[in-house]
Amino acid sequence: MSGDPLLSGVVDLEIVLIVVGKVVFTFAFLMVAVMFMVWFERKVVADMQNRIGPDKAGPWGLLQTLADGIKLFFKEDLIPDRAERRVFILAPYLALVPAFLLFAIVPLGGDFNGGGAGTVSIAGHDTFLQVADPPIGILFALAMSSIAVYGVMLAGWSSGSKYPLLGAVRASAQMVSYEAALGLSVAAVVLLVGSLSTHDIVAWQAGAGPGGVLPNWGILRTGFVPFALFLIAATAELNRPPFDLVEAEQELVGGFHTEYSSIRFALFFLAEFMNTVTMSAIMVTLFLGGPAGPMWFGVLSPTIWFFVKLLCFLFAFVWFRGTLPRFRYDQLMDLGWKVLIPLSLAWFLLLGAIELARDEGWNPVVVVGGGIVVLLAGAALLGAAVDKARAVDEGAEIEEPVR
Amino acid sequence: MGYLDGFRITFNKLFEERVTGEYEIGTGEKSPKPERLHGRHVLNRYEDGMEKCIGCELCAGVCPARCIYVRGADNPIDDPVSPGERFGFVYEINYLRCIHCDLCVEACPTEAITESKLFEFSFLNRADAIYTKDELLVDDEGRPRQMPWEDWRPGEDEHTSGWVRATAPAGDHRYEGRVGWSGELGYGVRAPEAAQTEKDASSAPPASSAPADHGGGH
Repeated sequence: MSGDPLLSGVVDLEIVLIVVGKVVFTFAFLMVAVMFMVWFERKVVADMQNRIGPDKAGPWGLLQTLADGIKLFFKEDLIPDRAERRVFILAPYLALVPAFLLFAIVPLGGDFNGGGAGTVSIAGHDTFLQVADPPIGILFALAMSSIAVYGVMLAGWSSGSKYPLLGAVRASAQMVSYEAALGLSVAAVVLLVGSLSTHDIVAWQAGAGPGGVLPNWGILRTGFVPFALFLIAATAELNRPPFDLVEAEQELVGGFHTEYSSIRFALFFLAEFMNTVTMSAIMVTLFLGGPAGPMWFGVLSPTIWFFVKLLCFLFAFVWFRGTLPRFRYDQLMDLGWKVLIPLSLAWFLLLGAIELARDEGWNPVVVVGGGIVVLLAGAALLGAAVDKARAVDEGAEIEEPVR
Repeated sequence: MGYLDGFRITFNKLFEERVTGEYEIGTGEKSPKPERLHGRHVLNRYEDGMEKCIGCELCAGVCPARCIYVRGADNPIDDPVSPGERFGFVYEINYLRCIHCDLCVEACPTEAITESKLFEFSFLNRADAIYTKDELLVDDEGRPRQMPWEDWRPGEDEHTSGWVRATAPAGDHRYEGRVGWSGELGYGVRAPEAAQTEKDASSAPPASSAPADHGGGH
């Protein structure tokens, strides 16, 4: 495959307008999705806590976010005296713009069933239902989510205040740590697909899977572990509970955005929820087949399936928040470095060995068995090393090794 | 299931009955309030129209939020404002700071400041948040003045007494530890709560040489 067929021919005004239309639609969708997500989160968390939640503004309180947004726009905008002014003003946009850009590579629809190219026809032109399909695809997502770290970090640093600074320090350490696990679980998918393009990743998952009953989705073909790792790492990357140490209210007032008010605070808020939506969309794309699904609702059904899957993830994030208490900082780092990264690396190697065995025609049972034995040995070694290090840390007596 | 039990519990909560209720906005009825609710303050008068406040600044001194500003002045001899030597010349409460702890009510030796049951007052700017003496002082009938941004309902302006004072009303040590209710202009005396004997500060002082509770020293 070689990118969007829309741009393969002569690019005239009509095609430019189609692209602009897609951009505007995606932008509008994201804004509405954020509005919905804020309301949805407040409502569902309220339900989980036997409360009612917002219900005054509009039907079922749907317009509550709009009301909050308008209120924030008209609030007094403060910049602290000790703030680094230019960086302080820049930081919210550094958080917001990557959140927008991230969504550009997500395929929102198109029929991939039965070897379909996943194109739709707009005004006589075949095109992908995604803003852009760059060859680097999913790497772009990783790059953007890394840039978002700068927004949080610079916001905390430039506030000229201690709690935001602590929040920023936590943010940079946490997001850099979990970026590794995130990247490695993406790599597991990319290894099997053989392409970085999100369109190719979705096309790879189309149709019926092994056995003809189960779907052909990445979550099954990569063996579930990369999906679980990605979900955990994404939650940490989004600074959502239970990994919200960056803005832990009880410890850091508001973390990196303590000194922000008015529209600047609204931008951070927007970016945070937008990232939640986009990360969910990336997960749907990588592991749940994107818009794949039976064509029950005509030409719109891939898009409907996409949104249904997206909603499941949004609910999952709210569910996490309603259920799990916040991690302690050392627990967070332990989980990231001693569990997620080794596990994702090991699973990546195992998938690589299986792929190689298939190409070379080796006996798959031997390869998988041998691989698992090697990985278990590695896990045992790592566990022993971690235990030893912990014992040294706690000043406990270390037994003499038995000869 | 260990780790996953919590998820099951929160999910089941989705279908349970809600424990919180609606609070009506606008035309709806207000929910009933607890009897001891601390709301917006009022500055009281005696039956003859004299102000109770003597400008002693004890309320300002005791206020943990430092939201009260009082300046006393000598009463004009020909036209006294309060029965005492001095009166509250300036009296301001900043409701952006007030935490409604009622310590000012406790501290007041003349029961000049008490709290009504009104908390539905959402002013729209900082100047409105500072209530001056003109706004706090009750009118000639003893009823609180009603600001445009306050949501008073019929009957609510009758509940302005210093409801329960845990310490000595009127600053009298003989009342120490007894629960007292201040009687107010036009509204008489509140009945004591259940399981309390009649120990009203204004009508039944424990000693024979009862100080005039409303006297304020004159």
